[in-house]
This record gives sequence, structure tokens and C-alpha cells, in this order.
Amino acid sequence: MTNNKQQSNGSHIKLSVLKRLGSYLWRHKGLLFLAFLLMLASNLLALVAPALSGNAIDAIELGKGRVDFDKVIFYCVLMIVFYILSALFSYALSILMIHISQKITYTMRKEVFDHLLDLKVGYFDTNQTGNIVSHLSYDIDTVNASLSNDLLQICAGVVTVIGSFIMMLSISPVLILVFAVTLPISIGFTKYKSTKVRPLFKRRSAKLGELNGYAEEMLSGQKTIKAYRREERIIERFDRKNTDAVDAYYEADYQGCMIGPSVNFINNLSMSFISMFGAMLYLFGQITLGNVSSFIMYSRKFAGPINELANIMAELQSACAAAERIFELLDEEPEKLDSVDASELRDVEGQVDIEHVAFGYTHEKRIIHDMNLSVKPGNIIAIVGPTGAGKTTIINLLMRFYDPDSGTICLDENNIIEVTRKSLRAAYTMVLQDTWLFCGSIFDNISYGKEGATLEEVQKAAKAAKIHDYIESLPDGYDTILSDDGVNISKGQKQLITIARAMLADSSMLILDEATSNVDSRTEQQIQDVMYKLMEGRTCFVIAHRLSTIQNADLILVIKNGNIIEQGTHDSLLKTGGFYASLYNAQFDT
Amino acid sequence: MKRIFEYLKPSFGRMCLGLGIKFTGTIMDLFLPWILAYLIDDVVPQKDVPKIAFWGVIMVLCSLCGFLGNVIANRMASKVARDTSERIRHDLFARICHLSSRQIDELTIPTLESRLTSDTYNVHHMLGMMQRLGVRAPILLIGGIIVTAMLEPVLTLLLVATLPLIGITVWQVSRKGIPLYTKLQGAVDSMVRVVRENAQGIRIIKALSKTDYEKRRFDGVNREVVASEKKAGYTMAISNPLMNLFLNCGLTAVVLIGALRVNAGISEPGKIIAFLSYFTVISNAMISITRMFVMLSKGSASANRISDVLDVPYDLETADSRNAVQNRENMVEFNNVSFSYKGKKNNLENISFRIKRGGSLGIIGATGSGKSTLLQLMMRNYDCDSGEVLIEGKNVRTMDPDILHSKFGVVFQNDFLFADTIEENIKFARDLPHEAIVKAAQIAQAEPFIEALDDKYEHMLTSHGTNLSGGQRQRLLIARALAADPEILIFDDSSSALDYKTDAALRMAIKENFRGRLTTVTVAQRISSVMNSYCIIVLDGGRIIGMGTHEELLDSCDVYREINQSQMGGAVID
Repeated sequence: MTNNKQQSNGSHIKLSVLKRLGSYLWRHKGLLFLAFLLMLASNLLALVAPALSGNAIDAIELGKGRVDFDKVIFYCVLMIVFYILSALFSYALSILMIHISQKITYTMRKEVFDHLLDLKVGYFDTNQTGNIVSHLSYDIDTVNASLSNDLLQICAGVVTVIGSFIMMLSISPVLILVFAVTLPISIGFTKYKSTKVRPLFKRRSAKLGELNGYAEEMLSGQKTIKAYRREERIIERFDRKNTDAVDAYYEADYQGCMIGPSVNFINNLSMSFISMFGAMLYLFGQITLGNVSSFIMYSRKFAGPINELANIMAELQSACAAAERIFELLDEEPEKLDSVDASELRDVEGQVDIEHVAFGYTHEKRIIHDMNLSVKPGNIIAIVGPTGAGKTTIINLLMRFYDPDSGTICLDENNIIEVTRKSLRAAYTMVLQDTWLFCGSIFDNISYGKEGATLEEVQKAAKAAKIHDYIESLPDGYDTILSDDGVNISKGQKQLITIARAMLADSSMLILDEATSNVDSRTEQQIQDVMYKLMEGRTCFVIAHRLSTIQNADLILVIKNGNIIEQGTHDSLLKTGGFYASLYNAQFDT
Repeated sequence: MKRIFEYLKPSFGRMCLGLGIKFTGTIMDLFLPWILAYLIDDVVPQKDVPKIAFWGVIMVLCSLCGFLGNVIANRMASKVARDTSERIRHDLFARICHLSSRQIDELTIPTLESRLTSDTYNVHHMLGMMQRLGVRAPILLIGGIIVTAMLEPVLTLLLVATLPLIGITVWQVSRKGIPLYTKLQGAVDSMVRVVRENAQGIRIIKALSKTDYEKRRFDGVNREVVASEKKAGYTMAISNPLMNLFLNCGLTAVVLIGALRVNAGISEPGKIIAFLSYFTVISNAMISITRMFVMLSKGSASANRISDVLDVPYDLETADSRNAVQNRENMVEFNNVSFSYKGKKNNLENISFRIKRGGSLGIIGATGSGKSTLLQLMMRNYDCDSGEVLIEGKNVRTMDPDILHSKFGVVFQNDFLFADTIEENIKFARDLPHEAIVKAAQIAQAEPFIEALDDKYEHMLTSHGTNLSGGQRQRLLIARALAADPEILIFDDSSSALDYKTDAALRMAIKENFRGRLTTVTVAQRISSVMNSYCIIVLDGGRIIGMGTHEELLDSCDVYREINQSQMGGAVID
């Protein structure tokens, strides 16, 4: 988050981003026009009010016993009417703006989320979940808060400035000359302020970011710090960062805290001059007392928006930075659409032929050079290799999360590029190591892969996965809601639920990421039994960890640094005496 | 909140001076409309131009005084806020560092982190703003009322009459609004959850072609968030126009009643003009005060979260060493130790074992079997509920924590490296000479890769050491553990990132360099990491279900044999 803020402080407003933001607004041009009218009305009414009060005072001015009450009451009633109307308009305006900005927020979120799901899975591998979440919440909120408020504020500001200028001009062109003195001061000050203060504020958030980073780092390592008893030294270092951060805050504040008094000063200065010259003009009969009064009120109105301008610009900048991040996401290339004449895969047998496939996640770095593989229905393929060697790449290609750079992959003699993704993926069932369950009932979680599954079907799958009895033992049975803070179900049970999901989906091919021992040995045995049952009669690609699975496989693919360096059966690989054999033998060689 | 105000004490003098200056500066703002009234009602009728100019200049001077006073006072306030929050943050961090592991578990690291960062920031902000607005707004409000009362007591009553209305408006609107915002927060939480679930389960979702379903699901929560936000927004939007309306009605009433009074000869027109000016001042002060309340409530929520941590009592006190030293030859000894994190289910039950100086212990078991817990008790990050933990024959409860911890060198699972040089990461803020660092790196088999770097030991790591490979990180951590010449070396599931050759070389180097001085405790899920230990403990559900050498356990312990069989393949390949 801090990072985001830093970025937004640094960047400038880009025209292309503004244009694109404008297109979102443009979709609601009717409502926006209405909002503009309301804003105009509400501000004009508020502008007329001081003139009315000035007129009323002119009627009072005559002095004791000579006050023109008809006039006073007339203007007072008008004032009240104007103020009520102005309040109504401004409330209506707020409601309208909230309505519009929420409409845009809704659309933006929807577009971003829908686009997100159409992206390649690689996006999710390279972007942290926290970041994705912050695009959808923080960034979009920032953009819209700014869109609805700032835009209106700018319009209102312009109307107020022009309006009060005209009013002042109509009252006394001479008195306006006062602003010939104060306005340059005001503008000069704003300029000075922004050049001087902005880098300081940037530094302030940078230093705070550093402090946060340090705190985060040290807190995450607190067990180690404790073990080495380094608390005092770490505190010392923290203190240094702390001092830096508060100093940066102070320096920014040192300049920043001038803003309020200065704005006030300039206003007071205008008021002093206006009073002085106003009094003189009044003396020479150039102006009425009521005029002096309304002029002072207008002068305050006139100065307000000009002083606000700097703040609004800063907000707009951060909104643009947020918008830019959102648009970047929207511009990410989605998965290619299925080709127009893509056919549906039906009744898949599970014959897989991979011919001369080459692939790399980036063009510079090819990972698979020339892969050839032929898998018969019902075969078990074990994929082995060290962690991070690229075992999932093959899965990514089979399921068309990525397409190969060259070569073909055929399923039942259909090139998988020529079939619909939906039917291709439906041919596989996938059980991954990190169990994925969502917040919802157990029933919903198991039936996730098969729309409209009945309770009987779900129960049958759960029985096959040996998790039925456990589910039944819960007070709410299959309606039990799985949530972060709800029922405490173990890792093993979660795994069994995902297996039940796979059983229900009942595809002819299986992709399995065999879990390492992260559950107790009994549950692990149970899971293994169920897994083997799931594998029966299906073509299986298994990211294998267990020796028994590896030995039973019809084909072993040995992956190292992203390359398939060997393939064959357990026996043939041992005979060849390559990498696999050296690994296998190493364990007995201690 | 009280707790936080105590931190202001050392800066009390400066704060008072600042507030005094602020007071003077603010009063100047009040003089201006008063002079204006005087100018129009008393000076103008005299038709004395130099006198008008004189008062004009006085007004400019007053403005200048106000400006200077406010700027100086603001800067002083800002300094007070800086010093105070520096002290608060220091104390908070220090307290967090000295929390016991049990206390940290209870508070959890994310909340500690947000207390240390955003909460202290909020308090800093609040301390600064309170000193500024806290003086200015009430003075403007009260002073404004007093001055107007002096000018025109009757009209002032009109003005005062609008204030309760404004107060009630603000109170009612926020009373209605706050629950709506709480509800909104709930809706946002569920939206975030859907996004999270999707980001994490994208492969499954795509594999099952459920993207359309998920889009609909998101659409549902999206609509809900928008609806709640609209509702809250609509409610809160009432307050501003309503407040303005009340003030403006008061203003109209002032003109009207003022007219009556001028007509009766009790008042003058100039006073009414001045009155209208004060009105702006007072209404701005009102707005500032409402803003202040928002800030104060936000700040006090943060302040309370900070005090909660500061007030946590100290845990794990060192007990008197009345008990005589038992067997010194046993480096580590557990006697009937039972322990539970939450006081319900025992996480460890009746654990007893001993390791001789220079010996090695392997602990194996599934996740959650209590392996790491056992290490935590050994280092006294927690106190056991029953039984005793002895190091060199002394109960850990009676040992000075510094002395106790100086005996250990530890390599934890996913241990932490920080953004600094390699040297600093091994040194870890201890007073170690460069030679010791190099030596440790050699033993840990880290030297080859460090020497291959351009800037060697001065090479900068990124946070969490993400610019190194898993094996390199592991070796640095081992070097760190060995650098201060520990007596007990603890490996928590750590050798897994090392390939078997490095692992063997490491064991050899340790044997050569420490020659029976070093006792090692290795915790692992893989048999290959512990099979060479003098003694291996098999843990299951917090109990010891097998103890002995690799060969003995293959004979006697079914679970061990099972694990052995299932792992022989994986251990090799992975």
C-alpha cells in the first residue's frame, strides 16, 4: 500500500489516462449533464445570497427609525428561499454524484474482474494476490473518490471564481484592484509551496515506507531475533529509521503547516485592503455600505477555490496513478479466444500425442526444446524432478494454460488448438497439492465441477473419497459452511474433499500433484488409497513424490532446469545410468 | 488514550508555549472583523481619510501577527508531535521485541505490524492536528461568540441558537451512518474474499470452466458493495447541506432582527456587517470541530490499540535458581514435558529424552506432530505446562535468557534474511570479526557462491533474500547459526534445500571444526535428514512413538518404517 502511494506521488497526470477515464464518465453523460446543471444552480444560488444580504443591509443602513422593513423582509425571505433551494440542490447533487460514481465503480470492478478471469494463469503466478486485491479495492476506490469529488469541485470552483468575480465587478470595479495585489501573492505562494513541499511529502512517504518495510521484515523474523537475543540492536536500528521517518514528517510539516495560516493571511490581507479602500470609497459616495459587506463576502468566496487548487491537483495525480494501474491490468493480454471453427471434444479416451513441442514462457528463454511423447489411454505418466524445475510446465501445456511455440499436442488425435478450451479442460480432472476450497457449503465445494449435481451424486463421490462419514458427523452435514473462521477441518480432510470433487467431475484424464507428507501418516495412507482409486482407468499425469507411484508409472519424465532430460520406465532409466539413476542411487550412498 | 497523553509530558513546556503563541495568533483573526465594524461605524462618519488608512494598516499588521503566530505555533506543535511519536514508536517496537512468543501468537504478527505502522502514524497525525485545530477551532468558536456578544448580545443569541441544531444534525447523521459503514466494511470483506479465492484457485476454476460462474459470483458481491456504499453515502450526504442551511438561516435571522434593532436605534449597520463576517469564522470553526471529532475518534482507536500492546505484562520471568545443578553432561534434557499452546489439547505430552554434549538428535514426524514446539520449549520461547526442560543440567526457567540463547545457533524453517549485505546477514547485529564470518561461511559451504559474486560479502540481499536461490539462502542461515560458535545447533527442517553432496560436505565440515563441542538437533520430515543421528525421536500427535537409531527404529517402529518406505523415492528425487 505504501508503495502504491509513493508511486502515485511521483507520477504526473497523463493525457491518455485522463481520456480513458473520461470514456467511463461519458457513458453517463446524461446524468453528468444533470449533475452539472444542479451544481451550476446550487452555486449560483449561493452566489446570489451575499448580494441579497447586501441589499438588505442597504435597507438597514438608513439608521434609526428609517429602516425600510418592506425591503428587509423581502430580501430576507428571498435569502431563505435561496438558501433552502441551494441546500436541496446540493443534496440532490451529492446523491446524483454518489449514484454516478457507484455506477462507474461497479462497471470498472466488473470489467477488471471479468478481464482478470480471462487472463493467462501466468498472470496469477507473477502477481501477488494482495496486489490483485488492491487493484480491485484500493485503486478503483481512489479513482472514483477522485472522479466524483474532484471533478465536481473543479467545476464548482470555476463557477464560484467566475461568478464572484462578475459579482464583485458589478459592485465595484475599483475595489477589485485589491486582488491585483493579493492574487499574485496567492498564486506565487501556491507555486512556491508546490515546488518546495511536494518533494518533502514524497520523501515523507518514502521514509515511512522504509520504516514500514523494516518493521515488517523484523516482525516476520522475530523468532530468529529472539533466538539470537538481538532485540536491543534491532531496536537501535529501528530507532534510526524511526528518527528518519519522524524527521521527514517534520520537515514536510514544517513547510506544509504554513499553508493554512498563509491562506488565511492572504484572505485577511484582502479583507483589510477591501475594508480600508471600501471605507474610503463609501466616504466619497462611490459605494454603499451593503456593497462593502457583500464585496467582502464575495472576496472570501473568490479566494477559496484558488487556494484549494493545489490539493485537488494532488488528489487527481494519485487518482491518475491508480487509474493507470487499473488500465495496465485491463491491457494485459487475455487468453486467445477459441478459433471460430473449434470443435467440441466428446467421449475422450485419453490418447495423448506430443510431437516436436517447443516452449518458453518468454521468447528469450526456451524451456522445452523438442518434446515428443505418446501416451496410451489409461497410462500413468510420472513427472519427477527437483522443486522449481518446471514440472508444472507440461501440465500448463496439456490444459492449454499456455500454447506451445511450435509443435503439436493431440488428444485422441485432435490437435488441442482446434478444440474448444472448455471441452478440452473438461476432459481433465485436476487435484493439486494446495487444496483449493472456497467459502461456501461442503456440498457446493464438492459439486463445483458438475453443475446441477444431486445430493446423492455428491454423497457417492464423498463416500468414494472416504470423507462421507466425517461430513455426516458435522452438525450441519453437507450444508456445513467452510470458512476461514468456521469449522476447523484438517488439511487431510480438505484434501479428501477436493478428491471428492474430482471424483464427481469424473473425467477420463487426471492431473495429480502428489502431496508430500504434510498430513499425519494415517490420513496420508488414506489419501493415497483414494488417490490410487481415482487413478484407476484414467490417463494420469502425476507430479510424483512417492517411490511407489514412480515405480508403477508407465513412463517417467525427469525434469531438470525446465528440460525433460530423460524419459523411460523406472527400470530402463536405471539401466541408462543417467541423472535419475544417480539420484536414485545417491540415497543409499550416505 | 490516557497512556498516549503521558508521552506528551516531556514536551509539556514547549507545547504550552506553542499553544500560547497559537492563542495569540488566533485572537488576531478575531480582531479583524471587530476593527472593520469600528472602521465603518465610528471612523467613517468622521470622514478622516488618514485615520481610515491608519486602521487599515492596523488590520494588515494584525493579519501579519496572526500569520506569524500561527506558523510559529504550528511548527512548534509539529516538533512536539514528532518527538512524542518518536518516543511512542520506540517504546512500542521495544515492547513488541520483548513480547514472549505466546503473547505474539495471541496478538498475531499482522496486527502488531499495523499497530506499529498505521496506528503510530495516525497518532502522529492526530497529535499534530489536535494541537493546531484543538486550540484554534475552540478559540474561534468561543472567542467569536464572546466578541459578537460584546458587539451585539441579542444577535449573538440567535447565532448560538443554531449551534445545538448543527450538533444534533452531526450526531444523528453519524449515529445512522456508522453502522452503515460497518456493514459496508463487511460487504467489502466478502468481495475481497471472492477475489482472493479466485486468484488462488485460478487453475482449478479454469480447468473446470467455471469462469462464467465466478464472474456471476463476483457480480453479486460487487452489487452488494455498491448498494451498501450508496446507502451509507446517501445518509452521510445529508449533513453538509443541512449544516449550511442552519447556519445560513441563522444569518438571515441576524439580518432581520438586526434591522429591527437598528430601527430601534439599539444597534448600528456596521455591527451587522461585522457580525456576518464573524458568522463565517464561527461556521468554519464548527466545521473544524466536527472534523476534529472524526480525527480524534480515529486517533483514539489507534491510541488504544497501541496502549493495549504497551500494557501487556512481561512474561517468562527468570526464576531463582534454587534447584541444584543436575547432570552437567547432558546438554539437553526433557523430563516428562507436557505443553499446550491454547490450554485445551496438549501439543506435547510426556516428552522425555536426553542428549549428551556433542551428540546429535533427530526429530521426525508429520506437520503438526509437535516437532517445532519441542524446539520452542528448548529455547524457552514458551514455558512448558508440566515437567522440566534442562540445558547443561539447569532448568531453563532459572537461566538468564541472554546466557541461555547464546548457547544456541538456529536455522529455522523459512527463516528470515533481510535487505542488507551478506556480511550483515551472517553477522546479524552481533560483534563478530570478519574472520568469524568467513569461517562460518566456509563451514556452511556458502563460500563458493559468495566468492563468485562481484562484491562478495558486501553483496546486497533483497528483503527475505529473494535474490538468492533456496539452497544459497539455506547456507547463509547455517553460516549465521555457526558464526558465534554455538554449543547447540538447531536445524528446523532445513537441510531439505541442500542437495545431498552439499549436505554431506556440511556434515563433514561441522564434525571437523567443532569436534564434539557441538550438539545438534535436527527436525525434519524426511528420513534422509535425520538417519545419521545418534538418536532419532518419532513424534506423532505430540507423543513420542519411537526412539533410537535409524536401524533400531526400522526394527521397532511401524510408523518410522512406513515413512521410510513411502519416502525413499521422494527424498531422492525432490
